[in-house]
Amino acid sequence: MSQVATSRGRVGFIAGFLVLPLALYLTFVIWPYIQTFGYSFTNWSGQSPTFGFIGLDNYTALMKDEVFLGALWHNLLLLVFVPTLTILLALFFAFMVNAGGRSGAGGVRGVRGSAFYKIVYFFPQVLSLAILAVLFGAVYRSDEGGLLNGFLIGLGLVDPAHPVEWLNEPNLVLWCLLLVVVWHGVGFYLVLFSAAMQSVPKDIYEAALLDGAGRAQTFVKVTLPLLWDSVQTSAVYLGIAAMDMFVLVSTMTSGSFGGGPDHHSEVMATVLMRNFLYFGKSGYACAMGVVMLVLTMILSVVTLRATRRERIEF
Amino acid sequence: MTTVIKAPGEAGAQRSGGSGRRTGEGGGRRSDGTALNVFSHGFLAVWAILIVLPLFWLMLGSFKTDSQIGGSALGWPSNWHFDAFVRAWDKGIGDYFANTVIVMVFSVPLTMLLGSMAAYVLARYPFRGNRLIYYFFVSGAMFPVFLALVPLFFMVKRLDMLNSYQGLILVYVAYSMPFTVFFMHSFFRTLPTAVHEAAVIDGASDTRIFFQVMLPMAKPGLISVGIFNVLGQWNQYILPSVLMQPQSGSDPERYLLTQGLIQLQQQMGYETDLPVLFAGVTIAIIPMVVVYLSFQRQIQAGLTSATLK
Repeated sequence: MSQVATSRGRVGFIAGFLVLPLALYLTFVIWPYIQTFGYSFTNWSGQSPTFGFIGLDNYTALMKDEVFLGALWHNLLLLVFVPTLTILLALFFAFMVNAGGRSGAGGVRGVRGSAFYKIVYFFPQVLSLAILAVLFGAVYRSDEGGLLNGFLIGLGLVDPAHPVEWLNEPNLVLWCLLLVVVWHGVGFYLVLFSAAMQSVPKDIYEAALLDGAGRAQTFVKVTLPLLWDSVQTSAVYLGIAAMDMFVLVSTMTSGSFGGGPDHHSEVMATVLMRNFLYFGKSGYACAMGVVMLVLTMILSVVTLRATRRERIEF
Repeated sequence: MTTVIKAPGEAGAQRSGGSGRRTGEGGGRRSDGTALNVFSHGFLAVWAILIVLPLFWLMLGSFKTDSQIGGSALGWPSNWHFDAFVRAWDKGIGDYFANTVIVMVFSVPLTMLLGSMAAYVLARYPFRGNRLIYYFFVSGAMFPVFLALVPLFFMVKRLDMLNSYQGLILVYVAYSMPFTVFFMHSFFRTLPTAVHEAAVIDGASDTRIFFQVMLPMAKPGLISVGIFNVLGQWNQYILPSVLMQPQSGSDPERYLLTQGLIQLQQQMGYETDLPVLFAGVTIAIIPMVVVYLSFQRQIQAGLTSATLK
């Protein structure tokens, strides 16, 4: 494509258009990011204007901080299970919605009511995490009044005298939170994958059908490879979401900024916020921020590398 | 990357309509198709129920009394009073709602305007450092907000804008910049240059070309990224919860809706009035349902194409 040539008079125009966005972006995004790196080498409390340079002490302390290491482990667990579960479910439903009603050599077509399913499935995506926190706080309530316990008691699977304390059970709490994320995300990725499936030309399916491929075979050998780009992008996005988790953990679990019971649902973001706003250890919190950034970047690069395949043009 | 935004929802709806009529046409394949249809509808219906049921149940809760909510989850409200909604509104949900709207009335248009301006210049005018500034903007999308949180708090504090609308508006605009620039950049690149050249020949200035020619042409892109920003900013929780705390006793509370709901939930530890909490959530959900159902095609298309860009 051709671009408009730059002349002298344009310099003012270009600068004029860039100055405000750049100034805002530098002030509120880039500069704080850079400062975080700087502060992570100090013992800054946030309140006092003075602080000392302490080198890598924050980082060595982090490596010994049991709570932080536990949180890191939880993030890694989420990192594995959130993308895997969400993508598998989304692919499954996308296949059901799109190819389930396939007949003849018509390529990808939806089952009856596929538009309806997409509308319903996608809806959680427009709800804020704060709403999800309240909603699932009520669903996971530890007495008969909770939707889940109410159901299980109704079915006779749970003793009414001892309902399950979903969010207070050390071994359950993280998985309960994981399911909220999956519930929230499946619809979005379903729509994403459906869009990708529908952009696959019909003749590819016709060819597969002529070669005698069944539905499942078509999916694994034709559809999935053509969707690989979307799956890859999804994995990165979901991975970043799994590294965060702050809103759900801090609002749904016990303790200041969540993480309870006894740090069993702790994630890095909640430890960071507690150190910053509660313990007043700003420098230490900054070091955690840096660790989170490095992990996020490694994650993105590794995901993109590990899942790289021959790109199929169509 | 170079195609104009498609509307996948639209395509899907048309195709599914077609299949509805044609299912079972294929003679020998009929039984196979029917079995799969029953199978897939079964799974699809189960998940649909899993989505709708909790939401519906929660909304129902706003009509129950506190003891009913604590009693059994499966109970039906005994009478349909709207008391809880009134109490929720009095408890501040109305104010939180208003605060959120005030912030977004400014932040979203400002995001779109500044984002498109930067994206346009970067997409259409070659100059030294162009790529650098572009990557500079776009790289921000990679980093978690947490990384900046601590210094950001003190930056806003130094500007004396903690717990102020203007502070939050500026921060929202700044944090929406990476994605908006990224998306609009790729959009402006796809627009034909001929119209632009014609406008130049007609003697229009660069600024005028942008506002009167290019921006109207970029409308589909603006809608997509606009929806993305509206949802993103409406649902933002971390930034307001750090930046919108009253700074002194006399400082009025300016909570946003998400923040206010969490606040309500956390107060529930001391005084139990769950119907109010549920009513508050219902009040927060209803506008989303309305917006979603009226724009669901654009929202689905906008959000998913935005992710794939």
